[in-house]
Amino acid sequence: MQKVSQQQLIDKAVSLLADGTVSCVLGWTKGEFDYDITPALFTDEASLRQGFVWNDFCGANFSKYLVAKTRKCEGKILVFLKPCDTYSFNQLLTEHRFDREKVYAVGIPCEGMADIDKVKAICGDGISSIDCNGEKMAVQTIYEDAPVQVDASSVLAERCINCKSKKHVAYDELMGDEGDVIDSARFDEVAKLEAMTPDERFTFWQNELSRCIRCNACRDACPACTCEVCVFNNPKSGVENKSPANSFEEKMFHIIRAFHVAGRCTDCGECSRVCPQNIPLHLLNRKFIKDMNECYGEYQAGAEVGSRAPLVNYTTDDLEPGEVFNGRDSDA
Amino acid sequence: MSSCEETLIPKVGVITDVRIDTPDIKTFRVVTPDGKKAFDHRPGQCAMLSVPGVGEAMFSITSSPTNEEYMEFSIKKCGCVTEWLHQAEVGQQITIRGPYGNPFPVDDVFAGHNMLFIAGGVGLAPLRSVINYCRHYRDRYGKIDIVYGSRSKEDLLDYKEIIEEWTNDTNVNVHLTIDREQENWDGHVGFVPNYVKELGFSTDCIAVLCGPPIMIKFTLEGLRSLGFEKTQVYTTLELRMKCGVGKCGRCNVGSKYVCKDGPVFRFDELDELPDEY
Amino acid sequence: MRKCSLDALQALFAHVNASMALYLPVDGSDGKAVYQKWSEGARWSHALNTVRSPKDFFFPQTEDLMKFKTAGKSIEIVDVRNAAEDFVIFGVRACDVKSFEILDRVFLTDPVDSFYASRREHGTIVSVACTRPSETCFCGTFGIDAASPAGDVSCWKTETELFWQANTPKGEAFLQLIAPLTEECGNEAVQAQQEKTAAVMKKLPLAELKADAFGGGKTKEFFDRPEWSELSQACLGCGTCTFVCPTCQCYDIKDFNTGNGVIRFRCWDSCMYSEFTKMAHGNSRLSQKERFRQRFMHKLVYYPENNDGLFSCVGCGRCLSKCPISMNIVKVMKKLGGE
Repeated sequence: MQKVSQQQLIDKAVSLLADGTVSCVLGWTKGEFDYDITPALFTDEASLRQGFVWNDFCGANFSKYLVAKTRKCEGKILVFLKPCDTYSFNQLLTEHRFDREKVYAVGIPCEGMADIDKVKAICGDGISSIDCNGEKMAVQTIYEDAPVQVDASSVLAERCINCKSKKHVAYDELMGDEGDVIDSARFDEVAKLEAMTPDERFTFWQNELSRCIRCNACRDACPACTCEVCVFNNPKSGVENKSPANSFEEKMFHIIRAFHVAGRCTDCGECSRVCPQNIPLHLLNRKFIKDMNECYGEYQAGAEVGSRAPLVNYTTDDLEPGEVFNGRDSDA
Repeated sequence: MSSCEETLIPKVGVITDVRIDTPDIKTFRVVTPDGKKAFDHRPGQCAMLSVPGVGEAMFSITSSPTNEEYMEFSIKKCGCVTEWLHQAEVGQQITIRGPYGNPFPVDDVFAGHNMLFIAGGVGLAPLRSVINYCRHYRDRYGKIDIVYGSRSKEDLLDYKEIIEEWTNDTNVNVHLTIDREQENWDGHVGFVPNYVKELGFSTDCIAVLCGPPIMIKFTLEGLRSLGFEKTQVYTTLELRMKCGVGKCGRCNVGSKYVCKDGPVFRFDELDELPDEY
Repeated sequence: MRKCSLDALQALFAHVNASMALYLPVDGSDGKAVYQKWSEGARWSHALNTVRSPKDFFFPQTEDLMKFKTAGKSIEIVDVRNAAEDFVIFGVRACDVKSFEILDRVFLTDPVDSFYASRREHGTIVSVACTRPSETCFCGTFGIDAASPAGDVSCWKTETELFWQANTPKGEAFLQLIAPLTEECGNEAVQAQQEKTAAVMKKLPLAELKADAFGGGKTKEFFDRPEWSELSQACLGCGTCTFVCPTCQCYDIKDFNTGNGVIRFRCWDSCMYSEFTKMAHGNSRLSQKERFRQRFMHKLVYYPENNDGLFSCVGCGRCLSKCPISMNIVKVMKKLGGE
């Protein structure tokens, strides 16, 4: 259950539309089931009251939509931002990807988003409704007479289990607390990969990336991937491709992407959320974040607007990575 | 029944002649390595030419099927494959497969009719095949009018053939125009659609149009104002193509595939399709 | 009809695999079902279906078409095709079996795609009836009966047994092959299961979804509908729906320079991609709305127009569960179909 209710958000949106603060609202709209939620633009009270949804399945990070939508929308856009979304929001502002003046950002607290696959692992297929409003999530399937009561914490998405911050780092208005940066175990998985031998690690990634179907969903959902024309779509780049020509190239797509977002990735986890093949792509990015933290000191992309990432901020005090990792990765 | 053994897999072709037509159009003569025509075609059909490592692209076959020695392709430099071809020399091998698409109905619908060909720029390339076919079988057709315009005199494709051959044929009238006045030009100056209206053709003919979309649009309007029905006006379309056999799914306009159901369409047929070409 | 005990399946799989390659859904390392070649110890997945459709078997994500050797101005074209060998795909669901018919109408109509045809000829399809469909299932919308799957052989799995029925000469040959490990039986248990499944299908949330509003000849009716803007507004332009779809078959042909000759290969392509229709001098579909519209118009109007009213969707539900923004053909059909 989320701390701020759907009704509160609708009322907020309606009042901001009514007093002219904003001309449209970027929100989530309901689908066929209670978990298949689609981002949508609302421009009037009736459609908000009819279609706006806020529940444990509103995972989509809206920050990237602002790049395109602020160009099209007359007036300001109201956007609801979860704490992790605000980091992406700031990072996009740092990179001048949209006009801050065209956005009215309302920070909303987040208790973590659910992973429908985890829900299904407990309740099975055939879901006819999910009620997220109680202490527990009530999941009704066509195969059972009564809804199955599920502990929301047991179906949290990976990125929410390893939430790095409940703090809103950007907003015009807050609903609820500003929140705090929290301790997270998000680098534990990375540490496990680091502990592997190079051969084991290669096998791990080989296995994971071999499932890639090159749908580009990770790139298209990534708030750090906002190039007007991606190098992988540009026929003149020489690497433009729709599917890997061989298994070497298969890995290159993800490695190049990980390098390109290094220092800019806020670890929002959208890449892994949208991957239809369940590839833990966030681990590539987290490895970069962990390495940068260890080499150049703690840095969180998007924590503040205008901050310079360590990789683009050379100082004479910078250590060579070899000095930092000396001994630890000598076999790599 | 042909299979992909003959379709997706091409033959080797050799460029035996390169003619510089205009500053950005060259005409390439292609035969197989043993000096034969790669395949037979009908006027208006296309072929896939490719340069291994660079790519494959669809081109209309410019030469008439009545030419039994070789095929010609007039190619404007505008993308990867065409840029590469423009720097190719005689003797260079490429690959070729085809023929693709439906031809102009030269032997049935067109037979016995007066013909009006209207082309702009490189749009003459696909029409040259039909024009020369009609000239070859001259007695099968009535009067032939050709309206052709380009930016400048230098941008007129096949200028030599037009002046030396077409204009000397009996009962073939060639009307050339260029966009702007220039030295060494005492012909008509002005855009094709306006010229067509000025010339004021009677409607007892079949019209065939090819050129840039904007020219097609205004020329069709012009013909309509002269009383032409859409059922007597043909054109040929171009969209992105990969397979040439209606399977790769990219050249469709509505339910029609340009590579298979086109590229030749009658305007009343186009009316039935969504405006997405 | 024949049957065998579920306990005897491993021995049966081994027996089949000894004469031809056997592929079946197994649980992958990510816990999701995936088709894999059977090997000793491989267990048939309990999952309803694989994330990736079995279209790969006939229309793989990537396949080499030919190789070029170039020297100076000359080119040699090298045929790289291997002779296809017989194989069996076991565990195909009714929806996916239907998808092969839809692909056939593209690849096996003149001019026949010999790459596809050869694999199709060598493949035997063993389907398995569904008993616990998901909320995302809507095969019934397209006249598919999940309890009576087609294919060369149809199977029904009960608590303890697997029932086999041949539908084609290829299927007869397969049942011959497994005859020593199966026994002749009646169809009472299968009928009972089919009745139970039919009752479940009626309870599915999408049981009432109809495709009647769509079909050939309706381009004008749907192409300019204003709803396309709203439906496509959140589309990321990724290729997820296309690539998990068992009936999407658009492809690209590309050259790859290996450094030792050029390989021309065919790979899946998506009409959702911005460069799909991009030419040197323009693009016929400039916005995501146009690309989004193309995908659904193709499935619901253009394809049926060219294929005797057959829709290019089998209701497998993969796009429903995999689209990053949860936009899909069901939402499109409901919005445009007037529900």
